[in-house]
Amino acid sequence: MRLVLPVLYAVVIVAVLPLLAGYIVLMERKVMADMQARLGPMRVGPHGLLQPIADAVKLLLKEDIIPEKADRLLFWLAPLVSVTMALLAYAALPIGPAFQIADLNIGLLFILAVSSLGIYGIVLGGWASNSHYSLLGALRSAAQLVSYETAAGLGLISALLLAGSLSMRDIVIAQYDQGMWFIFYVPIGFFIYMVGSIAETNRAPFDLPEAESELVAGYMTEYSGFRWSLYFLAEYANMIIVAGIATTLFLGGWLRPFASFHDHLPGTPIELLDALPSLLVLGVAAYCFFLAPKQPVKIQKLVMALVGGLCLAIAGILAGSLFASPAVLQGVHGAFWFMAKVFAYLYCFLWFRFTFPRYRFDQLMRLGWRFLIPLALVNLITMATALLISREWGWSLRITSILAIVVTLAVAMWLAKNDQVDSAVPVAEGE
Amino acid sequence: MVLNSILFYFFAALAVGSAILMVTRRNVVHGAVYLITTLLATAGVFLLLQAEFLFIVQVILYVGGIMVLFIFVIMLVNLDISLLQYQFNRQRFVAAVLALALGAQIFLAIKMGQKSLFPQASVPEILPKNTEAVADALFGHFMLPFEIASILLLVAMIGAVVMAKRRV
Amino acid sequence: MSDPRTTELSNVSTTVLGADEIILNMGPQHPSTHGVLRVKLKLDGERVVDSECIIGYLHRGVEKIAEHRSYQQFAPYVDRMDYVAAVSNGLGYCEAVEKLLGAEAPLRARVVRTILTELQRIASHLLWLGTHALDIGALTPVFYCFREREEILKIFEKYCGARLTTHAFRIGGLQYETYDGFEQDVKRFCDDFTHRIDEYETLLTENRIWVGRTKGVGILSAADAIALGVTGPVLRASGVKWDLRKAMPYAAYDQYKFEIPTRETGDTYDRYVVRMEEMRQSRLICLQAIENIPAGPIMARIGKVLKPPPGEVYHSIEAPKGELGYYIVSDGTTQPYRVRVRPPSFINLQAFDKMARGSLVADVVAIIGTIDIVLGEVDR
Repeated sequence: MRLVLPVLYAVVIVAVLPLLAGYIVLMERKVMADMQARLGPMRVGPHGLLQPIADAVKLLLKEDIIPEKADRLLFWLAPLVSVTMALLAYAALPIGPAFQIADLNIGLLFILAVSSLGIYGIVLGGWASNSHYSLLGALRSAAQLVSYETAAGLGLISALLLAGSLSMRDIVIAQYDQGMWFIFYVPIGFFIYMVGSIAETNRAPFDLPEAESELVAGYMTEYSGFRWSLYFLAEYANMIIVAGIATTLFLGGWLRPFASFHDHLPGTPIELLDALPSLLVLGVAAYCFFLAPKQPVKIQKLVMALVGGLCLAIAGILAGSLFASPAVLQGVHGAFWFMAKVFAYLYCFLWFRFTFPRYRFDQLMRLGWRFLIPLALVNLITMATALLISREWGWSLRITSILAIVVTLAVAMWLAKNDQVDSAVPVAEGE
Repeated sequence: MVLNSILFYFFAALAVGSAILMVTRRNVVHGAVYLITTLLATAGVFLLLQAEFLFIVQVILYVGGIMVLFIFVIMLVNLDISLLQYQFNRQRFVAAVLALALGAQIFLAIKMGQKSLFPQASVPEILPKNTEAVADALFGHFMLPFEIASILLLVAMIGAVVMAKRRV
Repeated sequence: MSDPRTTELSNVSTTVLGADEIILNMGPQHPSTHGVLRVKLKLDGERVVDSECIIGYLHRGVEKIAEHRSYQQFAPYVDRMDYVAAVSNGLGYCEAVEKLLGAEAPLRARVVRTILTELQRIASHLLWLGTHALDIGALTPVFYCFREREEILKIFEKYCGARLTTHAFRIGGLQYETYDGFEQDVKRFCDDFTHRIDEYETLLTENRIWVGRTKGVGILSAADAIALGVTGPVLRASGVKWDLRKAMPYAAYDQYKFEIPTRETGDTYDRYVVRMEEMRQSRLICLQAIENIPAGPIMARIGKVLKPPPGEVYHSIEAPKGELGYYIVSDGTTQPYRVRVRPPSFINLQAFDKMARGSLVADVVAIIGTIDIVLGEVDR
């Protein structure tokens, strides 16, 4: 009986995730188009809304090509490993106070472990393609992943110090108890984790192993059709996972902003700030209805109106749950805030991708090893010191953490200036 | 408890099977993959013993770190030649005899110490949390060995970097 | 799902040489070589120790064709050489033939030629910037650059009916008068353009990643540049202040005030800065020119059938890519005896080996992009 709910959640996640990943791809293409002064997918379905479906169907129908001398077992296994590990990580991710498949007491470590297993999908995929350049691209990608995993993990630890537990749920509850999202205590830790997570998911500006198709074919080249879409799904699922980790650790998880501000609407048990989600979604709905008459084509007007209606429905659910039991309220609103934060984090990913050029591989590695890891270590030390001081001597954690941040920033500036992390000509060894 | 037993036999079978497969494969990369599954199965056994920290560290470090390096080396060094070599050389009979002898010894040891394998007192339902227990031990009682091990690793790393460094 | 990232496949074949040396072949079909260029690189690990550019994949025999066409008939062919900056090609050719004839285009024609050529320079540099940034990984500037280039091409289309291979000028002057609203269009473009260049600069100039990918990459010293005969922005970025528009003015350039941007080091970043600044200077020239386009005839009196007296002439202009020269030999008939084109991209490409030696493989693409070659010009 205890297993019914987790299994149900697992089924929901595995069913919804490919669709969600597809629509995140559509969102990426629309955002990319917007930043590049153009429109993006517009033809398949109004405003391109059916594009992911079309792409999925196309990929399923494509011919499955296996190179002649490829290692068949590994060729079959590699995308499977990638996707399995990406999906497995969702087991410990708390999407709401009640919507978590398994509240492991080592939840965070579990997700990190599973993410590091995902590297095998890349390495074995590059090997199985039986192409010299696929292999090199795969090994480079794996080297990059391993390096930035270290830095990201160290960045996470600085927030873990404040939480005191590895269980994802406890981390969010700790942020509720302390009344402050951890990003305000360790913003540099958040920055380190963000950079590390961008490199971990092979996104620009760290996408050289993938996009350097000029000289080295990436590990995905020999995969076609469904196998390739598995890799793709794994990449976007990974993106959502790292966004989820960042949200849980640094941005308060499912908590609404000012979670401990309990002022009520006069005369009712409804808290003021709980009305925020429905108001926000109502605003989006109003914007949709406002835009609908301005669309050039009739079907687009209809779809805009439909989207507005959908937003109204969501706002209705959010508002309606205000009057339901606290469990339902927490669940629905928690899920809303979690998804909102995840999407904000993902939007930053997209933003960086279309703004920055790419790092060259040696610059990338140098940035990871000679800037991020030392910075993460320093950040950890200063944060631990701040925590110690505040616990032993009773100073407010906010003050000590600000001091810690200042010290870490100074070290960061010194590291950045001193080390020529971005020098074009590789600094000759021994100088 | 039934679930525990089932899972234990599953993980044990997986571990033993993978180990056998690992040793018998010609293709070295396949062997490495089977080693990975062996290690994962062992990690599963740790989890069954309620040592969750050990489980996760096994996965992160052993499988996610050390095996990745194994695979790097295997892939960068051209080992196609291994496909042409004999799998078992002329000493295989001696090796089989020795393996049987070792197996018999282990079987005897288990048989003689049978009583201590199934202690009367049942394992307490709630053990102290594994992560905290490990941390207490590592940073409390075993601090000095821990630091010495860290320095040893650092020395090894520096040595490797110095020896392998060359201009790009 | 179609990949929002670029999904180029590489056409790579390798021959393993010695212990560490590999010959890597890039192209001719290659997304980043800006045309059908084949580059063979000899690599020692990651470093390029030797390189060889193999060209000729786009050779169409333009110079031979010239011997069998009359002077006016050959004029559209020159557009197809540097197809990115067709107007400049036309200017060089028309002025060369006019020199051979001893005629000069009237002032109005020369001023309009200047305006159109400078607009073309901006368009050419915009295309260069977009593709160069795309090679280095910045996905957005290319779209902004093409948006601006679109405005320029619209002006060309309104003027002469074509966007790319314009055949805008005729020997002796212009065929078409400027259309109603020409000055307003150009002025509107120029007014908008500063804001746009600032946009590109915001994205790239101070960006650590951009600077890291371009500073110190592909250095060409001034002495090497002069020895190799390199011209154009590549030469000016290496520290040599030489621009034909100032040194040997043609068209109406002597009437306008503008600067010649130069830098010192001669790396990829300097070439980037020089070209950005050149775009700004071109805009200034356009603004000065449209203030005051003199009235008058647009075509010199040279007759319909052109039979230049026997002789030879070499005339060069400062095309966006460098010194574009035409050496025309006339034997007194209506068809030239020989037309030899000095294409800037061809000569500049010879500097590739100097720039690429010692750099990393990953920088080769940036170096090819920074020379700004067009294979139509290199191969003719």
